[in-house]
Amino acid sequence: MTQVLDVVIAGLLLGGLYALIAMGLSLQYGVARVLNVSHGEFIMLGGMTTWMLYNGFGINPLIAVAICGPGAFILGFILHRTMFKRLLAMSASPGIFEGNSMLASFGLLFIIQNIAFMIWGPEIRGYSYLAFPVDLAGALFGANRLVTLGFAIAIGLAFYTFLARTRMGKAIRAAAQDPMTAGLLGVDINLVLALCFGFGAAMASIAGVLISISYPVNATMGLEYTIIAIIVVVLGGLGSIPGSFIGGFILGIVGSIVTSIEPGLSLVAYYVIFMLLLLVKPTGILGR
Amino acid sequence: MNRAGVTSKQLFFLGLLGLSLILLATGPRYAPMYTIILLTAIFMYIILTMSWVIFSGPTGYISLAPAAFFGVGIYTSAILGKALPLLIVVAVGGLASSCLALFAGTLTLRLRGIYFAIFTFGLVELIKHLLLYWEIHFTGTRGRFVIVVDHTTVYYVMPGILVVLLLTAYLIRRSKFGLALQSIGDNEEAAAHIGINVTALKVVTFAISAFFTGSAGAIMATRWTYVDPYIAFNPLFSFMPVLMAIFGGMGRFYGPIIGAIIFGYLEEVLITRFPYYYMLLFGSILVIAILYLPHGLVGLIQRKGDLARKHANS
Repeated sequence: MTQVLDVVIAGLLLGGLYALIAMGLSLQYGVARVLNVSHGEFIMLGGMTTWMLYNGFGINPLIAVAICGPGAFILGFILHRTMFKRLLAMSASPGIFEGNSMLASFGLLFIIQNIAFMIWGPEIRGYSYLAFPVDLAGALFGANRLVTLGFAIAIGLAFYTFLARTRMGKAIRAAAQDPMTAGLLGVDINLVLALCFGFGAAMASIAGVLISISYPVNATMGLEYTIIAIIVVVLGGLGSIPGSFIGGFILGIVGSIVTSIEPGLSLVAYYVIFMLLLLVKPTGILGR
Repeated sequence: MNRAGVTSKQLFFLGLLGLSLILLATGPRYAPMYTIILLTAIFMYIILTMSWVIFSGPTGYISLAPAAFFGVGIYTSAILGKALPLLIVVAVGGLASSCLALFAGTLTLRLRGIYFAIFTFGLVELIKHLLLYWEIHFTGTRGRFVIVVDHTTVYYVMPGILVVLLLTAYLIRRSKFGLALQSIGDNEEAAAHIGINVTALKVVTFAISAFFTGSAGAIMATRWTYVDPYIAFNPLFSFMPVLMAIFGGMGRFYGPIIGAIIFGYLEEVLITRFPYYYMLLFGSILVIAILYLPHGLVGLIQRKGDLARKHANS
């Protein structure tokens, strides 16, 4: 029984992280229609910057959240304003834009990864922070992983409230449903899309900070997290914040169950779930 | 434009083609080994790109599966290389990839747009990880050694595959089959309504395109001598064909070929000259090509031609 509890709690802790990553991608893909393959690179940037700040200047990783988040937001905002806005204006149909923007984000992936290599090198980096154990209903977990889960839930709730209650949130939801009509009704559509892209990048980089607290990081870690994010987003339903959370927790628990049986197969299990889902219900659990 | 001008131009191109064919065929007699290896790599990229274009060009489905087909070819060669003659291994590699494409295509070609791209990319990663698991747990090795074939043989087999591929691509493009594919790309529902068996057509074309990618993998493996799942199923082999086709431009038959030649050469130069900035340069070219060359090099050439004609008329 304790073993089952162990696995489930580990899955929930992992799931919180996945949910946060997926929420960012869900904004970028669900609203801005950019399947951002370089999403994981923003996670990597967050993680590596935090490592550098902690090791070089002794800055607390939780303060690094306040540095990496806004930094990534500005980067994402500028990227959308310069690159994806131009692509959007150029593309004849939404389908063509999706294809083009995905390929462009592959270009970004290569560029960011190479720059990270030049700055930090290929070594695997890690540091120890809040690594003391905490007793959770008989199961022992590192405090750092609990902090990660707490942050993920707090950010998710805050963002959900923002979407549900504020004027800008309403504009974002309108843009997600129908960009053309939203534009006709006076929503500054380019601003909303750039904001969403920026928010997505910020969430990725905060997730990166949190990952670096619990796991080792390196310059090539991005793609794996991108793939997990894509799976969770499709699992939960495009553009749905609660969907991202449900999908994240499901994948986290599945991952931790499979890992407890056969560690080599957890990624395989993710792909199998993903492919089955695409075949059975491509719109996801909460998709329209 | 007068008729005589066109014929002399065509003659000139035919002559150029013939000359370069003779040079290529006799190359191994006097050219340095480095050139031969470089040319083999460029031929490989042309094959990967053109076979991607056969399916994705007219239908507009972005397939990121080439790395899976390529890897299947490589592993066919690694497993059967010692037991069978080279040409049969190449053919079996192609057929194995075709079978994978038939299976994956039947399952997934109902998916539209970006979902198909994600699925095919997932396929590459799924096979890679399953294979890695299998190799470590059941065969007890991580990688395999492939039988070595001398460079000249590889150099002659690669263009052989390419010629068959180009003929196939040309015939498909010029036939009813190709028109049907084009109509799927333009409007799939309308194509189904006028009596085209959309699914069967897509799956068959997908399998044809996979055949060439797989056989290129089977012959290329003999040059690498050692493969493991990470080398064989490198996702770069999925992106390269897409990139080369877009860079060259898919509006004309020769567009992707030009793209593959330029990029194949560029890759070699960038890797040897700037090994530390290779990906940075590569990514920048990709972004710039998508932002500023939406119709590829071919589009650029055509625009220049149109402008020149306008000037001549006015």
